[in-house]
Amino acid sequence: MLKFVKYFSLIFFLISSNLVSSAENTEKLLTTDWTFKGPFGKFDRASLQRGYQVYQEVCASCHSLKYMSYRNLSEEGGPEFSVQEAKAIAANFEILDGPNPEGEMFTRPARLSDKFAMPYANEEEAKLANGGAYPPDMSVLVKARKGGADYVYSVLLGYEDPPVGMKLDDGVHYNKYMYGNKIKMPAPLSEGLVEYADGTSATEQQMAKDVVSFLMWTAEPHLEQRHKIGFRAIVYLIILSILVYFSMKKIWSRIETEV
Amino acid sequence: MSEHNYQPKSKFGKWFNDRLPLLTLANHLTDYPTPKNLNYWWTFGGILTFCLITQIITGLVLAMHYIAHADLAFSSVEHIMRDVNYGWLIRYIHANGASMFFLAVYIHIFRSLFYGSYKSPREIIWILGIMIYLLMMAAAFMGYVLPWGQMSFWGATVITNLFSAIPLVGESITTWLWGGYSVDNPTLTRFFTLHYLIPFLILGLVVLHIWALHVPGNNNPIGIDIKKPSKDTVSFHPYIVVKDLFALLLFLILFAFFVFYSPNVLGHADNYIEANPLVTPAHIVPEWYLLPFYAILRSIPDKLMGVIAMLSAILILAALPWLDTSKIRSAVFRPLYKQFYWILVLDVLILGYVGAMPAEGLYLLIARIGTAYYFAHFLIILPILGKVEKTLPLPMSISEPILGGSLNAEPARSKENSQKL
Repeated sequence: MLKFVKYFSLIFFLISSNLVSSAENTEKLLTTDWTFKGPFGKFDRASLQRGYQVYQEVCASCHSLKYMSYRNLSEEGGPEFSVQEAKAIAANFEILDGPNPEGEMFTRPARLSDKFAMPYANEEEAKLANGGAYPPDMSVLVKARKGGADYVYSVLLGYEDPPVGMKLDDGVHYNKYMYGNKIKMPAPLSEGLVEYADGTSATEQQMAKDVVSFLMWTAEPHLEQRHKIGFRAIVYLIILSILVYFSMKKIWSRIETEV
Repeated sequence: MSEHNYQPKSKFGKWFNDRLPLLTLANHLTDYPTPKNLNYWWTFGGILTFCLITQIITGLVLAMHYIAHADLAFSSVEHIMRDVNYGWLIRYIHANGASMFFLAVYIHIFRSLFYGSYKSPREIIWILGIMIYLLMMAAAFMGYVLPWGQMSFWGATVITNLFSAIPLVGESITTWLWGGYSVDNPTLTRFFTLHYLIPFLILGLVVLHIWALHVPGNNNPIGIDIKKPSKDTVSFHPYIVVKDLFALLLFLILFAFFVFYSPNVLGHADNYIEANPLVTPAHIVPEWYLLPFYAILRSIPDKLMGVIAMLSAILILAALPWLDTSKIRSAVFRPLYKQFYWILVLDVLILGYVGAMPAEGLYLLIARIGTAYYFAHFLIILPILGKVEKTLPLPMSISEPILGGSLNAEPARSKENSQKL
């Protein structure tokens, strides 16, 4: 009886923790060979650079990255554009600055220290342009969705014809993985939509993978450093535990009790 | 006890110690006689002290960079995560540290339940512990509000709305708590202030908790008093210190795993969406460590009764030393209690599970049964069990595994102790 209750508790706990995490997902999410998963996960620089291109050419017309600065593009652990490249990228954007000594606001080309340019002046303008739906800021989007990178990847590739009998309003699209299956964003990706400079073929899957990797980086810019420090910290703790274990055995050997 | 005769060796030490007996205190803490049969479940006291200090230190650093304002809180947290040197590390330690703190405190509480550490003469230690636990929940709840994400905002709304269930003055109290007519900037700033204050209150209670512990000394796995201090105990330093350190290191490996490899798995994805009073999340779920109480709250159809049930579920613990009528402390010698203990553990896990699920259908039914059983355990089973249970014979002492002993130290022994004191 006792053993049964003990093991049942344990098994119940393990199963329930799985259930809690998967209760809402009716569709199994798509996934791909992410390079950033696991204890040694790192970003693929080329993929992040391509991902930035997809973001800039496809997503940026509606979705902001308000917590990102152009300098981040050249920082360690990210796409690692050269500083010159990052400066050149920034210079493509006009930023509102001011007021100048005459009291006027003015625009100027962006510098490395500037935040990414916003697609809309404010939330109301964004809603007006998108049929009432606000395209969410994508800086931490991957962390803000259950399922993370897999979820965003699945939504990008989850556009299908609606099942028979399902009525969709104008400007609403069916998406297999979206919560509630209805999404206002039209399918954003199509074969060959961008032209990769490195010659990678721009399939839907490739673009989705690149842009989601890029968004994973914008959500967790220190992921690589975290993995690196984490590995060292855990190895250090394990070695120290072993040393302390033998010290403990030695100290406790002075008395009869087992430790 | 040994510290009574303690004299510092140096002249300055003696001069200082006569005026402020800090050295006597240090000597007491290192020489403190501890039962030598303590198992690893006893290492969680030290682990909890470590957790509290970690939370205070990381919290201080975060407070240097955080901005408690409804328009700026969310972006200041992102600033910490992106631009502050090792800000991501400090914040992830603090956020996961809260979960680790609760994991350790639950083990600590259930250890006490198993070995009867709450029983005479340790009732005050136990009640101080319950007070610490209550303050921990308040601190954790308010801390979760500070990033001002969706779950922060709606969690705060749900919990503060509970006060509106109080008859007559409920609405006014809620408005007073909010500092307005909804959760907003005044709520955030006062939560930040209180979140900063509470850990220091906890620290004060921890000092009392340890002080009260050092009067009767530790309970131990067989739950009988120390009979021969020279044979049954070891000095706290180095024996217990090194063992606590070893356990702490193992605990830190788990801690590090969460911080470095799954920093967000214990949180909720919705909290990375900035608070929006116009959009309610699909499910409002508290942090995992509050789920059993959330299940109890929702299992009662009436709001006021639900709040009362939830509070009673915690406060009933304070009455535990008197509800448990058995004189035998350790469950090792209580075959029936041992079984009910594990059923209670299972019940709390089930309540935690249904607390995370929508309150409807089968889940609601399970929550109701679980709640009823939880209260029955304390109010019916424990009082009766102490009267009817046939307990196993106790050993003579910690160092002599011969049966036929008694719970308390022999009168002669206690007399000797009191003379020494």
